[in-house]
Amino acid sequence: MRGLAHPVVLVLLCLTVLSVCPPRAASASGPEVKIGSKVFTESVILGEMIARLCENEGLPSVHLRQLGGTRVLWDALLKGDIDVYPEYTGTISEEILGGGGVRGPEEMKKALEARGVRMSRSLGFNDNYALGMKTEVCASLHIRRISDLVRHPDLVFGFSSEFMDRRDGWQGLRKRYHLPQNKVSGLEHNLAYRGLESGSIQVTDLYTTDAEIGYYGLTVLEDDLHYFPVYEAVLLYRADLLTRVPKAIGMLARLEGRISEADMIEMNRLAKTDKVPETKVATDFLAKRFSVEVRKAREPVLEQIGRHTKEHLFLVLVSLAGAVLIAVPLGIVAAKSPVLAPAILGFVGVIQTIPSLALLVFMIPLLGIGGPPAMVALFLYSLLPIVRNTYTGLIGIPSPLRESAEALGLPAFPRLRLVELPLASREILAGIKTSAVINVGTATLGALIGAGGYGQPILTGIRLDNVGMILQGAVPAALLALAVQGLFALVEAAVVPRGLKG
Amino acid sequence: MCAPGVSGMIELKGVSKAFGQTPVLRSFDLIVTPAITTVLIGPSGCGKSTLLRLMIGLVQPDEGSISFQGRGISPQSVLSLRRKIGYVIQEGGLFPHLTARDNVVLMARYLDWGKERIEKRLQELADVTLFPMQGLTRFPTELSGGQRQRVSLMRALMLDPDVLLLDEPLGALDPMIRADLQTDLKRIFRALKKTVVLVTHDMGEAVFFGDLIILLRDGQIVQIGRSEDLFHAPADPFVTRFINAQRKPLDPGGRAGGES
Repeated sequence: MRGLAHPVVLVLLCLTVLSVCPPRAASASGPEVKIGSKVFTESVILGEMIARLCENEGLPSVHLRQLGGTRVLWDALLKGDIDVYPEYTGTISEEILGGGGVRGPEEMKKALEARGVRMSRSLGFNDNYALGMKTEVCASLHIRRISDLVRHPDLVFGFSSEFMDRRDGWQGLRKRYHLPQNKVSGLEHNLAYRGLESGSIQVTDLYTTDAEIGYYGLTVLEDDLHYFPVYEAVLLYRADLLTRVPKAIGMLARLEGRISEADMIEMNRLAKTDKVPETKVATDFLAKRFSVEVRKAREPVLEQIGRHTKEHLFLVLVSLAGAVLIAVPLGIVAAKSPVLAPAILGFVGVIQTIPSLALLVFMIPLLGIGGPPAMVALFLYSLLPIVRNTYTGLIGIPSPLRESAEALGLPAFPRLRLVELPLASREILAGIKTSAVINVGTATLGALIGAGGYGQPILTGIRLDNVGMILQGAVPAALLALAVQGLFALVEAAVVPRGLKG
Repeated sequence: MCAPGVSGMIELKGVSKAFGQTPVLRSFDLIVTPAITTVLIGPSGCGKSTLLRLMIGLVQPDEGSISFQGRGISPQSVLSLRRKIGYVIQEGGLFPHLTARDNVVLMARYLDWGKERIEKRLQELADVTLFPMQGLTRFPTELSGGQRQRVSLMRALMLDPDVLLLDEPLGALDPMIRADLQTDLKRIFRALKKTVVLVTHDMGEAVFFGDLIILLRDGQIVQIGRSEDLFHAPADPFVTRFINAQRKPLDPGGRAGGES
């Protein structure tokens, strides 16, 4: 029926057609070894090493880079979303196993095994937590040890968020040393170095293998009360790897005791200050130490952008299509039922107030890591604008028009389809557009839980202090948002009836 | 048009209706006579529009019963019943997202009338309402107020209903157009021999259209009769007061403000 074609159906059709483009490597067979790494350079380099070793052994593998913090990686390991990731003994005892006094390595192994996880021996270096300051500041204030900080209550502390909250982090440190400072804030680890440099903070937490210690001229304060536990680098892997890919176990063991602290600092430095890609850093190290030659597979930039675009679009389209399918009917129900309206609008409103990062992480125990949890989170965020606009669009139809449709003798559903939805089409479309544009932006956070997309280069860029890399994600994300705006202008032109325009 | 053995096209028995705390109709009885034009007139709030909305089932009575051609109005029957009633409101109630043509043929298409049947009926209606066929491609916003009412009337007549209900159909038009349309409407009513119920608050209009005039006040019938009866044998001083108040614009000095 010309002129009566259902606009929402058309939009849905567009979305469905668009979202048929396939996702990335989530093939049915899947890689045999799934490697995870935390969102800092050292972890990514170690993850790359494992990936390159797998490649050398001919084991299909995938490295889910910079997935997030300890909690995300540990949960992913337990769920089987990843098989192995680099971890530190101090973190295992304090953070993962929940403290409870000093544990010997045997006790720790037992506790891990009870959870179906095995631990390798030390890779050969420690990466301890420590406090660091600019060397000049230390000198002028005569600070050498952490206990010296007590005399300077005005110092500004900036700690990584994880350190702020960890059992073995700031809270315990403050108690042990009776530190009086109250200007303490949480910030991203890599930004903390820049804060030290600019003078906006004076003290931060750092890792003893950080390349920045040398680069920024920092002094590591002596832990004179021996607060920090030892953080030996190890690999955690799922026990089922023993039976599933026995070959992998021996391969992982090859790394034990082979990386010195100096090696690790140098590799961190190469990646961070010399901007050598982690893959190359890892490959070069393996070639040098293990005489392992792997082909240096480096994705060209354009291909990388293409892949991120595909991942990003997929996240946005699937979540948006799902949201349209659910939110439009919800909005209709709300408009038709004064009883249900407050509940529906309240529900989608509350979802919107959950911080996006929290919602993403909350999805991990339910759906694991990668695309699906990110899509669900994006889907939930997309509901409110569409539900609200559908509701107000329908409620806003003048009652003479609503009654005219009724008086014609049209039953409720055809009335909705032929009259009410077309009359509300503009507003419904505006709601979908809002959701789509917000989605394009929010989807960049998906990279934090391994969903890929434009967030991936942004995260990497922040971590490596590489503006080019950040732009490689940020610019396409902005362009995509604009393209979505433009696309909706076209859809509106095609879908909103002429009589409702102008 | 009227089913055999039924004296009234529409009958209201003991109908009461209140909106919130405000009673609009109190145990109201009315029989709509077939094939003539009945005018409901009265001051604002007298319940005349509510009566029309009750007749087409847009509102339900709190008490009493309403029947159409002898059948009670129930949720099951209301849809088929509405298709035997044409309904025109003040601003026309045309759907802005549809062209004039799509407005008119909306129901016929929904009921799967064939293309030929629709075209034939459309041509008949255009002839009857003096609306140019080429104007049918326009959207309501592209039509004048008078044209919109003609289209609205075409829409109401499309399914050849037994009854036409018109709620101040000319209320929003300026006087010249209004006069033209009055003449055309009266001719159409005569030609089609439909049962017509027309709501107005303009006495001149009531006299012009009404075979039977029902004067209402506060949800009660004050008088039923032909216009002469109301003028010459008022049932109540209110009737005369109402007529006189209405006649003012007709007095020497000019009939300004056809809007009344």
